[in-house]
Amino acid sequence: MADDDGGSRRDFLYIATGAVAGVGTLAAVWPLIDQMNPSKDVLALATTEVDLSSIEEGQSVTVMWRGKPVFIRARTPQEIDEARATPLDQLKDPQSDQDRVVKDPWLVMVGVCTHLGCVPVGDDGDYDGWYCPCHGSHYDTSGRIRKGPAPENLPIPEYVFLDDTTIRIG
Amino acid sequence: MSNASLGTRVVRWIDYRMPIFTLLDHAVGSGYPTPKNLSYWWNFGSLAGLVLVIQIATGIVLAMHYTPHVDMAFASVERIMRDVNFGWLIRYVHANGASAFFVVVYIHIFRGLYYGSYREPRELLWIIGVIILLCMMATAFMGYVLPWGQMSFWGATVITNLFSAVPLVGDAIVSWLWGGFSVDNPTLQRFYSLHYLLPFVIVGLVVLHIWALHRFGSNNPLGIDTKGDKDTIPFHPYYTVKDLFGMGVFFIIFFAFVFYAPNYLGHPDNYIPADPLVTPAHIVPEWYFLPFYAILRSITFDVLFIPAKLMGVILMFASILVLLILPWLDRSPVRSAKFRPIYKQVFWLLLVVTVILGIVGAKTPSDPVFADKCPVAEVTEEEAAAIARGEMEEKKPPFCFQYVHLGQIGTAYYFLHFLVLIPLLGRFEKTRPLPPSISEPVLGGGTAAGAAVTREKA
Amino acid sequence: MMVATSVKRWLSAAAFGALALGTASTGVMAAGGAVDLPEQEWSFEGIFGHFDRGEVQRGLQVYLNVCASCHGLQYVAYRDLGDIGYDEDQVKAIAAQYEVPAGPNQDGETHDADGYPLMRTALPSDRFVSPFPNENAAAAMNGGAVPPDLSLMYKARPNGADYIYALLTGYYDEPPEDFDLPEDFEMMAGLSFNAYFPGHQIAMAPPLYGDDVEYADGTEATIEQEARDVTAFLAWAAEPNLERRKNMGIKVILFLIVMTGLFYASKRKIWRDQH
Repeated sequence: MADDDGGSRRDFLYIATGAVAGVGTLAAVWPLIDQMNPSKDVLALATTEVDLSSIEEGQSVTVMWRGKPVFIRARTPQEIDEARATPLDQLKDPQSDQDRVVKDPWLVMVGVCTHLGCVPVGDDGDYDGWYCPCHGSHYDTSGRIRKGPAPENLPIPEYVFLDDTTIRIG
Repeated sequence: MSNASLGTRVVRWIDYRMPIFTLLDHAVGSGYPTPKNLSYWWNFGSLAGLVLVIQIATGIVLAMHYTPHVDMAFASVERIMRDVNFGWLIRYVHANGASAFFVVVYIHIFRGLYYGSYREPRELLWIIGVIILLCMMATAFMGYVLPWGQMSFWGATVITNLFSAVPLVGDAIVSWLWGGFSVDNPTLQRFYSLHYLLPFVIVGLVVLHIWALHRFGSNNPLGIDTKGDKDTIPFHPYYTVKDLFGMGVFFIIFFAFVFYAPNYLGHPDNYIPADPLVTPAHIVPEWYFLPFYAILRSITFDVLFIPAKLMGVILMFASILVLLILPWLDRSPVRSAKFRPIYKQVFWLLLVVTVILGIVGAKTPSDPVFADKCPVAEVTEEEAAAIARGEMEEKKPPFCFQYVHLGQIGTAYYFLHFLVLIPLLGRFEKTRPLPPSISEPVLGGGTAAGAAVTREKA
Repeated sequence: MMVATSVKRWLSAAAFGALALGTASTGVMAAGGAVDLPEQEWSFEGIFGHFDRGEVQRGLQVYLNVCASCHGLQYVAYRDLGDIGYDEDQVKAIAAQYEVPAGPNQDGETHDADGYPLMRTALPSDRFVSPFPNENAAAAMNGGAVPPDLSLMYKARPNGADYIYALLTGYYDEPPEDFDLPEDFEMMAGLSFNAYFPGHQIAMAPPLYGDDVEYADGTEATIEQEARDVTAFLAWAAEPNLERRKNMGIKVILFLIVMTGLFYASKRKIWRDQH
């Protein structure tokens, strides 16, 4: 009964037991949470290698990467000039064209409109670039937002050139 | 009490508007008086609840990755095992959890049988428990089909075919169960749906089970009613901590299986994808169905106008349904086997017979029990010629005691126990004297006067 | 009273013994009349079981050079080989030896001008390429007997590792004289005698003769060595998380013992006034 004096004295044994049981419960819950994270087969597809050799100047291809479309365009010199001639102060989300490419003439970007996630269509819009039909966002030849509700430029994924004609996205 | 902490005040505020804390306190708290003499056999109820929670939690998670389609089910399970984070652990817990659930519940049931927990006034509590068992069996059976391995497919085929034994509408029922003309994609999809649904039905039944339990409280090893405060202690902290200790022991054993023998209770054939063209050499249900499977197969002869197949099915279901009327079969004045010397022996015999039936369920019925091989009939050349001419009947081989015979004896005893021995013992068994109360056990040897103390009606 | 108690004890012991026997016997039965398998020692068995990287890598060599011409490994991905000690470039190189169907190209074609399906080089993210395009093709090219996929062979047979090893080393030109065979046993054309295959007649011709591969690590490629290595590889292929499982198991169970000990101490303390 000495241990039980009105419950005012905290008992080390009970605290230790409760702490260990708490740690055990948390450890048991973690696998149930972590299983929702991307699995190994999903992560294995987190990088995509693309062969660029068959894409001719002025052509675009769309590849899937992490479940999203990626636009790869071999831009024409005019498109590149047009993009680089645009003063930054005309841009809603100022970014120079050079910052958006790794190697000319390749423009690689995620084809998801930064407004609400639609896929813009190519060779369209007021700026010779991309146009999102959902809510009328216009992107220029560098994929930068010029007009419409979208807040940001089309994002550039991480990618590297493995050789002259192969890139690895992701 | 004026300086009550914030937590206490919040609890009081909520409890005044929705007395959930009062409810919990009366259910598993200090407000629930419990017999002070419960043994560790009373741990298995809370353990069953724990396993149910584990099964639902892991099951919901597995459903996020599983694909209920005959072409993809097996591969999706392998993806869980190989690619999903902790998928192998979650699946092994779920698969072994099913076995653990039955271990725990079977012990819980046999405890009820031994101590007479089904007796008045706890009949309804017992009946709800039997219904929970039936739901568990349906859930486990359908869950075993989902990985779509060989045993999944052939187990589903054999068990659904049982219903073809029903007169007149049997084939229509089977076709309805399948949603086609064999176990196939529609079958798999409905089993998946029902396997997800039934556990929540079980949760509902468990709530009713506990509700009924709280009407009169737990039975106890003496089987006598509690008489006032001296006989009881609050559930919390006494039984909460005891249940926690029991859960710890359970977890050690359970996780030893999960981590070191995860496939021991499974069947290797279920790692072979389902093939409707190739039946495995031996179709064996999961271990927890084996005694019932043995009863099903032990009826090899027609009973009056009932064909053998139908009789097997009837007896298999009857072996569980008989538990529903057990409270009325047992008329003994005493609940606990502690004071029933003959019933005690009969109880252990029933347990052994059930285990033997389980072994029989795993064996090929025609295999001999004691020898390596059953002898064949010795036929001389002359006799063979006579048989060929049709002048003599085929010679029967000498009798050989096969597993099917053992199963028949076991089945007969199983029903004898419930339908004959229990009612007879209730009438004629000389019971030992009951103690006057839980807190005053009988001192010394029982006296004749003590024998006169019978169970009080509640 | 004494007698009753001892009878009860005996009965309960018998019951639990019988239960253990019953569950064990279900496993034995599934062997389908095969003879007892010689028991082998495997590094991946037991509480501290682990895969011997060298053994498993040699086994991969045996699988790729011998087994893979008939047997698939469809649930294992090339990327998984990272688990058994290959680096990213090695995995990529192994995958690059194989081709997988490429599906429609940009012009919507699924077959090339000669009518062959379009293919691409396999990537680490692809699963092991099966030798036959479908089960019917496998049956047609193997006299009706489909070579089973080996991804789960280790788990799909009782005592899987011992079974695979025994099967691979259990071939005889003729049934041995002292071998216990049924009286009506007759070898069928096109089948081989195997001491450990259920029924003893197997459609798979002896796959190993010794020196079927030249091991990268210089190990001598005897039949027994090759059989051992490929068994270890298939055990890994069936249960790639085995090491993770056993390592985690030790920690979890030690933790649970401590936790249960604390629960027991608390229980003793709380119940003290009741005893």
